[in-house]
Amino acid sequence: MRFVTREQQSPMEERTPSRWWYALLLAPLLGLLYPPLYSTKDPEIAGIPFFYWYQFAWVFGSALLTALVYRATRRS
Amino acid sequence: MTALALITEPHDTDTVALIIFVALFVFVTGIGFGAARWRRAKLEHLDEWGLGGRRFGTVITWFLLGGDLYTAYTFIAVPALVFGAGAIGFFALPYTIIMYPLVFIVMPRMWTVCRANGYVTPADFARGRYGSRPVGLMVAFTGILATMPYIALQLVGIQVVLGALGVDGDWPLIIAFLILAAYTYQSGLRAPALIAIVKDALIYVVILVAVIYIPSKIGGFGAMFDAAEKALPTRAKPGSLIPAGADAQVVYATLALGSALALFLYPHAVTAVLSAKSAQTVRRNTALLPAYTFLLGLIALLGYMAIARGVNPSNPNFAVPDLFLSVFPSWFVGVAFAAIAIGALVPAAVMSIAAANLFTRSIYKSYLRPRATHADEARVAKLVSLLVKVGAVVIILALPTKYAIELQLLGGVWILQTLPAIVIGLYTRWMHRWALVAGWAVGMVLGTLMAASQDFAPAYPLDIFGLHINAYTGVFALAANLIVALALTAILREAGVADPGDETRASDYDELAEGAALPAPAAEPASEPAPVA
Repeated sequence: MRFVTREQQSPMEERTPSRWWYALLLAPLLGLLYPPLYSTKDPEIAGIPFFYWYQFAWVFGSALLTALVYRATRRS
Repeated sequence: MTALALITEPHDTDTVALIIFVALFVFVTGIGFGAARWRRAKLEHLDEWGLGGRRFGTVITWFLLGGDLYTAYTFIAVPALVFGAGAIGFFALPYTIIMYPLVFIVMPRMWTVCRANGYVTPADFARGRYGSRPVGLMVAFTGILATMPYIALQLVGIQVVLGALGVDGDWPLIIAFLILAAYTYQSGLRAPALIAIVKDALIYVVILVAVIYIPSKIGGFGAMFDAAEKALPTRAKPGSLIPAGADAQVVYATLALGSALALFLYPHAVTAVLSAKSAQTVRRNTALLPAYTFLLGLIALLGYMAIARGVNPSNPNFAVPDLFLSVFPSWFVGVAFAAIAIGALVPAAVMSIAAANLFTRSIYKSYLRPRATHADEARVAKLVSLLVKVGAVVIILALPTKYAIELQLLGGVWILQTLPAIVIGLYTRWMHRWALVAGWAVGMVLGTLMAASQDFAPAYPLDIFGLHINAYTGVFALAANLIVALALTAILREAGVADPGDETRASDYDELAEGAALPAPAAEPASEPAPVA
């Protein structure tokens, strides 16, 4: 079963953006999948151990990287 | 009452909280039934009933995926684990961080090929890609098997808050699930999509209030971590604030990785992804969904707040409910508990719809009635969604909760075994169908035996080639699966064993082209796809 939508898209002549941008998405994996990197109490911020604020920081870091890759690989 | 015996402890009935709770529950029930009329279409079509017409935009998809992936059970179990064991419970944070980069790469591709070929489930894709009904059946069977206990555990979330409100007995739970079953039957995926908005709004408000207000009662975050650091080593099974030692750290990392890989193989996750209107919508959402991960991190910290507050429940599942009861006025307790209970309804609905879609396409249509019409499919799926919920209620009422928890843990190990067929299949058609089946069988059996040998703890201590590795069971089982599948594929290809065709085309996989090129949703008659020869 084929849908009509793909016939409508076929005249697209634009160049597909590079998927090399996806490599940036490895950073959160490298930063988080090796716990010895961050399994320490110091340095604390406002009484919050490093182990905790480091991982919270990656929530934002990862979201920003994903947004960046999304923009870079979006076809306008 | 067997199930309740494990998790209930005496709580006084709080009338104000109960009234607020019931009022919010009735409110979302109205939304659930009304959802059938939202973006009206013929619901006698699996694309409409089971995928909401594949028309959800960025905002609805964000609420639906967030409401679907971060379940009520998560909201209870993660802080309970942090409360009882400390740092290990925090693996939920790296898990839900790294899953989005993985999703960003894999799932838009999945969306694109499913859209191009009219696939409704991951099993549809596996069947079409490998030209093999047994491979589709393998993925569908695993999906249903892994989903059933997960639905059952959503009931535990409702049970815990009902128990904390002082409501005893099984009947409120049964009524709640009957109502859920009725509006899911009527409205399909539209119901959880709309209810998710209410659920997520409530959860965000409750948690933000909690993390701003509660620290003022316990002397701030510093005092909270100090209290946890003192209390955790004194537990019957000593916990710690920071993962100490190589074993604990390897378990931490492999749990995060294995869970992240498993999550988007779960049928309910794929269902929510496929209901998005474009691959771009899915891609954009992966940058926005970490808002829920931040929220989950705060929820995990509630476990430490419960320690600092001196909450002392006999069962750690009650850590957060008891914390709320001890600091919040009754009316806000009602709001908070309603948020958790409604939080159970959204994933339970999506999971039952996903399981119903799997059965309908990969068993009913593939094997029982190949000539089934769209209307037949929708009718069967609606009926199966009812059966699945009844089954979940029976599981939770007939078996001790302990089994449901163990089965759900096994479910994660099982669903990981579909990774070679699905994820590798999205990138290459090299794998041989019988090699996939053999690898899957090895992974399923090995994973189950390993988990059982550890009394269903998530980690297995493996001594191999002189190495000692203590890691998440699912990762070991997946490694064995991959080794068998790759080796057998090489052998079968060398031997020239026949492999049927691939019904997808190379051009079906370009997620970057598809997302940008889709027409506006309104222009698209999704309920009646026009086949092109």
